[in-house]
Formats: sequence, C-alpha cells, structure tokens
Amino acid sequence: MTTRVGIEVSIAIADAVKLANADVVAAYPITPQTHIVEHLAELVANGELDAEYIPVESEHSAMSACVGSAAVGARTFTATAGQGLELMHEVLYIPSNMRLPMVMTVANRALSAPLSVWGDHSDMMAVRDVGWIQIVVENGQEAVDNVICAFRMAEDKRVLLPVMVHLDGFNLSHVIEPIIYPDQAEVDKFLPPIKYPLPLNPDRPVAMGDFAPPVIYTETKWAQEVNIRDSKEVVIEVWNEYNKAFGRQYRPVEQYRTEGAKVILLTMGSFSETAAVAVDELCNEGQSVGQIRLRLWRPFPFEEFRAAVKDCDILVVLDRAISFGGPGGAVASEVKAALYNQTKRPKIVSFIAGLGGRDITVSGFKEIVNRGIEVARKGSPNEYEIYGVRE
Amino acid sequence: MAKSESELTWKDLELGCIVTEPGSARQYKTGAWRSQRPTYDFKKCIKCGICALFCPEGCIGQNDDGTFEADMDYCKGCGICARECWPRVITMVEEEE
Repeated sequence: MTTRVGIEVSIAIADAVKLANADVVAAYPITPQTHIVEHLAELVANGELDAEYIPVESEHSAMSACVGSAAVGARTFTATAGQGLELMHEVLYIPSNMRLPMVMTVANRALSAPLSVWGDHSDMMAVRDVGWIQIVVENGQEAVDNVICAFRMAEDKRVLLPVMVHLDGFNLSHVIEPIIYPDQAEVDKFLPPIKYPLPLNPDRPVAMGDFAPPVIYTETKWAQEVNIRDSKEVVIEVWNEYNKAFGRQYRPVEQYRTEGAKVILLTMGSFSETAAVAVDELCNEGQSVGQIRLRLWRPFPFEEFRAAVKDCDILVVLDRAISFGGPGGAVASEVKAALYNQTKRPKIVSFIAGLGGRDITVSGFKEIVNRGIEVARKGSPNEYEIYGVRE
Repeated sequence: MAKSESELTWKDLELGCIVTEPGSARQYKTGAWRSQRPTYDFKKCIKCGICALFCPEGCIGQNDDGTFEADMDYCKGCGICARECWPRVITMVEEEE
C-alpha cells in the first residue's frame, strides 16, 4: 500500500491512532492540536474506532485520566499543545516513574504571555525533565510513522514508558501533506496488542503510586533514570523494525551532507526541511556545510550526537525557545554539555529564532550559518545571539 | 515482604514501584512523629468505638475487655480520638511528661 493521499497532518495523526487501535483517548481541545482529538472523537462516535473517548474538563484531568487508563492496561492516547501541556505538567511526572505506557502528540506552541497560539519550542523545553521519551518529527509522514512506532516503544516490556511525539503547531498540524497510510494488517503485525504486566485488577490487587520516604526515593529515581537511558536501544530497534516493515528509516540523530562538513547546523522539527535547502545552497556556493537534526530529544542520544559532530569545526545550534536569564537555548546548553569533556570538539555558536510562529526563511538560515561562522572565528561577547529581532 | 525499605537496592524495586503485596504500610511505623500521646481512664469507657471510627491512622483496636486503645507504633498523636470521645476517657499529654 503505497498510495499517497493529500490530507491535513492532524487528521492523519488521528488516523494513525486508529491504525494503532487505541483503547482510550482522554483529551481536551487546544489550538493547534484540536483537529487531532476532534477527528478521534469523530472516529469513535462513528464506530470506526472501538475506543473510550473521555471528554475531560482540562488537560490536568486529561493526563490524570490517561494515567488511570494506562494503569488498567489499556492502550492510551492523548494530544495537547502549549498552555495545555503546561496545565498537565504536574501529572506528566507520574506515568514516567510509574512505568505507564501511553502516547501523546504535542503540536508545539509558544507560551503566554503575551498570548500566542503560534509555534515554537517553549512548551517542549518546559517538559524536558518529566521522564518521557521524546521524539521530534519534521513532516506529516514522520508524524504518522512515529505515532505508530511510539506505541510499540512505550509498550515494550523493556521500556514501559510514556512517549511524546512533538510536531510543530500549524507548520505541521494544519498543513495538507501527501501521506502514505500504512496498511492496517501490517500495522497489526508490527504492533501487537498491549500486555501491561501489572495492571489494576480486582482479582490480583496491587497498589500504585505509593509514597516513598527518603530511605527509598533515591533508589526509585535511579531506577527511572536507568530505565529511560536504556530505552534508547529499544527506540532504535523499533525504528529499524519499522523500516523493515514499511521502508522508512528513523534515527536518533538524522544527518544531512555531514560527511567532511566543516560547519554543521543543528535543528529540530519542521524548520529542519527549510534549513536543509539553505544547506544545499551554501554547499552549491562552495561552503562546507552539513546539517544534523535531533530526532530523539529524550533519552538524549549522546553517542550518536558526538559521532555526528566529531569531525566538524563549527556547530551552529538553533533553539526556538529562550531559557530566560540562562545560557541560551536549552538545546545549545545540552549539546555544549555533551561535548565539554571531549578532547576534540567544535566551536559551538548558539542562535535563538523562530519564536511564536515567526518564520525562518532559506536566506534566514544562510544568514544564521554565515553569522555563526563569523562568531566562531572572531568570538562574541554574548552567550547566544537572537536572530531577526528588530533593534 | 522479603526486605525492608532500607535494604532495597534500586534493582530490587518492582516495576513502577508498584506494591504487589498488601499490608506493606505495616512496616512504616509512624509513632515516632508524635509529640503528644493519648492516656486512658478506662473506667469511663462505654466501648462505643467512636475513637476507632475517627482515627485517621486506623490504629485503634479493641482490647479483650471491649475497651479501645491506640497502637503506639502507629499513633501520630493527632488527638482526634480525645476530641471525639464524649465520655472523656482519653486525655492527650505531652510525650516528654
């Protein structure tokens, strides 16, 4: 089945959740994620997806309902964005320590104030430490594929963790793209029914979410850290299996024209495709420029990232969120930390741009790369530069 | 429970810290939190058990003679039993007394 259909990415994501045969969807609509759960509500109401659809009163309740649903061993999905993700924040830490698998798509959106429904990565960076596996996609096909992969990663007995799939709000969620729908029988083969090992069940009672006094809390946190760190191997394995079944390969760090490149531009999300065009143009103009895209944000792919940048001299990092009063964007901070102890490491130049839905054009990316090269050579008094701000 | 919490390593923890055996709270003795303790004038006790019903810790049990008394391994000394006991069997006193 390799027919491409033109369809809005949000609708395609909902269809992917149907292909994954989710049992429970608990969600609250919020721009720019609304079309995902709206279409899921239609699919359930029309009897096309045999699932419980729980229309909750807030995102805090949505995530709480998802925790309960996963605890009884149901395949669980939700979606949110921006302020909704923030309202969920408190509950997000619960399924990751309690090892409850579920999948959530986040249509990335800027955070208030001032009010902005448009896209950036502020919401994603605010939930960096909640203990979920976090995947970033660049186009609609990747979103569909990774929603299906995410269920298999989440439910793997070696993992049993919640998984977030980040897609840029509007830039991806609201555009119509050519999508190849995987065949239902193939998806069923790839994604066997969920078998949570210790579900809530009156015949075999267990207690979940108990409290941990100081004598045991550290042990619970280390177990959680080892669990998510080790999940990387399974994430890679699932992507490899997906490629075998469906012919599309995903990797923790995606590389483009990096071989021999002296300068590498690091991006995440849908802007990466525009950035790739800029990389092509720079190469055509005789510059030695490549690109890497962080696909796997958590667990952070240290080995793959270090290997990808080991031969370059300059690494230009784009962040679409500000860590106020801090060292720059969260992504730049992390890649600096990942490379600090390496004997050979590139000069790292940090840029912030693309905030609150502001576009970065191909020429914009070329300016960023060229300015990055200049800063790397001459130095800069600032920790980072913000691109495109009116002085 | 095979091991107490202070002996468990991170590798011993059940999936998601799920507790699979009932009664694990028994191990967690909360009596040391107390700053006051209940004292009893059992002659006044009418064996109604209202103290046990109100005890938030569930640590009040019935003695062989029908009177009610808190298990001091778990009693946190909140004083709710003394407040609810209308025949005034129970008086809270400072622990150091």
